[in-house]
Amino acid sequence: MLPAVVLYVFSIAVPIGYTAFLSLRTVKVQGLGLGPGSRTEVWAGLSNYGGTLSDADFLSSVLRVLGYGLVVIPVMLGLALLFALLLDSVRVRARRFARLVIFMPYAVPAVISSLLWGFLYLPAVSPFTYAADQVGVTLPQPMAPGLVLFAIANIAVWGGVGFNMIVLYTALRSIPSELYEAARIDGCNELQIAWRIKIPVILPSLIMTSVFGMITTLQVFAEPTVLRPLTNNISTSWSPLMMIYRDAFTRNDIYSASATSVVLAVATFLLSFGFLRLVQNRAFAQENR
Amino acid sequence: MSTSTREKPSIVGSGILVIGAIYCLVPVVWVFMASSKSPSDLFSTFTYAPGGSLFDNIAELTDYRDGLFWRWMLNTGLYAGVGAALSTLVSAMAGYAMAKYRFRGRTAIFNILLAGVLVPGVVLAVPQYLLFAKLGMTNTYWSVLLPSLISPYGIYLARIYVSAAVPDEVIEAARTDGARDARVFRSVVMPMMVPGLVTIFLFQFVAIWNNFLLPYVMLGDDRLFPVTVGLSSLLNQGAQQPALYSIVVTGALLSILPLLALFLLLQRFWQVDLAAGAVKS
Repeated sequence: MLPAVVLYVFSIAVPIGYTAFLSLRTVKVQGLGLGPGSRTEVWAGLSNYGGTLSDADFLSSVLRVLGYGLVVIPVMLGLALLFALLLDSVRVRARRFARLVIFMPYAVPAVISSLLWGFLYLPAVSPFTYAADQVGVTLPQPMAPGLVLFAIANIAVWGGVGFNMIVLYTALRSIPSELYEAARIDGCNELQIAWRIKIPVILPSLIMTSVFGMITTLQVFAEPTVLRPLTNNISTSWSPLMMIYRDAFTRNDIYSASATSVVLAVATFLLSFGFLRLVQNRAFAQENR
Repeated sequence: MSTSTREKPSIVGSGILVIGAIYCLVPVVWVFMASSKSPSDLFSTFTYAPGGSLFDNIAELTDYRDGLFWRWMLNTGLYAGVGAALSTLVSAMAGYAMAKYRFRGRTAIFNILLAGVLVPGVVLAVPQYLLFAKLGMTNTYWSVLLPSLISPYGIYLARIYVSAAVPDEVIEAARTDGARDARVFRSVVMPMMVPGLVTIFLFQFVAIWNNFLLPYVMLGDDRLFPVTVGLSSLLNQGAQQPALYSIVVTGALLSILPLLALFLLLQRFWQVDLAAGAVKS
């Protein structure tokens, strides 16, 4: 217990506290800002927050990421649910193979998968451009300004669908099969069973995977950062986290970066709080308190 | 489970699964093909046509700044392997303590820990950097390893696993035989937890290996990079010297091979029931 508490305090609690502290400070420049002592750290109150919340870059990065989430989460979870239901259905072939292959991208870190897809998006490499050329069609560039969001979303879907599929599939497997037998006797077909029994029963898992999806969406960083060298259409403030990175390390404004971090952390926290309420009472039924 | 085969296999269903599988294979097959191409073929031959230069590319990659790539691989093994092993141990101890000991503030500590799951590593990386910078510890192995050791999610899984798999009677029996706490944990509890620990280890391994932001902000010296940060910095340079693209692609292939192997070997441990909080093995 003790090592966990010490590590927790050191790696999580103290950094959070320190960031909260910094977010309330700023640098005051005296004179020309040259020489020692001309830059002093002073209290800033909530002005950094005001700066963050009224920053057009920040607002557009939040909106962009919300749009991105609206693409990624339904597509990723929809596919994951579809695949999980198919795997769970007795009428489908090649199950082991499909399960393994669809889950496999989980083993590929986001950086590497972004790198691979990034190359596949280049017109000289893209098999889709090639195929379209053969039939004389010109495809739009995946990393064109209007499409780059989908290009990044595709990478997230590719990397996440298998993991979510396994989560939902495990939930499906824990449904007692008598339920299905009863439904079959009542004349339900596979589709009706899926819709009326399976999906309602695994709803908690679906909600949870959505919450996890939202949390990771808010924090998208690796994919756009890796794709940046390959296109001009991803700005340094594409996502909120990229903006925090830019403020903290390129502009050396750790105070604004801290305030933005706190805003992002609070947003994440609010989102995940629902999840906490959801799981807490279910998880420890078997422990005698 | 019932394996009633009253109905014929569904072609549509199998077809959808196969399409899904193909979608997931597109980049993986590509990286195998692309890394066998010479730099001049990479952008000029058909995407999925293999080339004959795999070993040249590997040699080229190995030559790059005296084997820097292999150092990145070793670093990755260190960060992910050692980090995951230690963090599994920490999770096991904390999970065991929270499942089996009654102490004041247990619920509070657990709730605070759980809240930690929800402010995951990525938002924390920048504050952690600021703190480590104050301590003068940035740009060291420790700066990446230490924050990886604590995993609220790992503790959460360990607690659930202990309460499901280790009966109180066993612990009491061991105590009656005169074993002390540390010994009960090491000789009785740990062996019973092995399947759960493997799962926690795998999750932690993937999480650390996937955590890009933390090493990206912490490390300035490229000899300390894990392979992900290394390859992304190479890709960055490739924008100026496209000849580097070939070794980036080869590096990407070599970097995912060990993980794919580990993954295939241990796939039976991946059965995750998040909502019920249980890890089945």
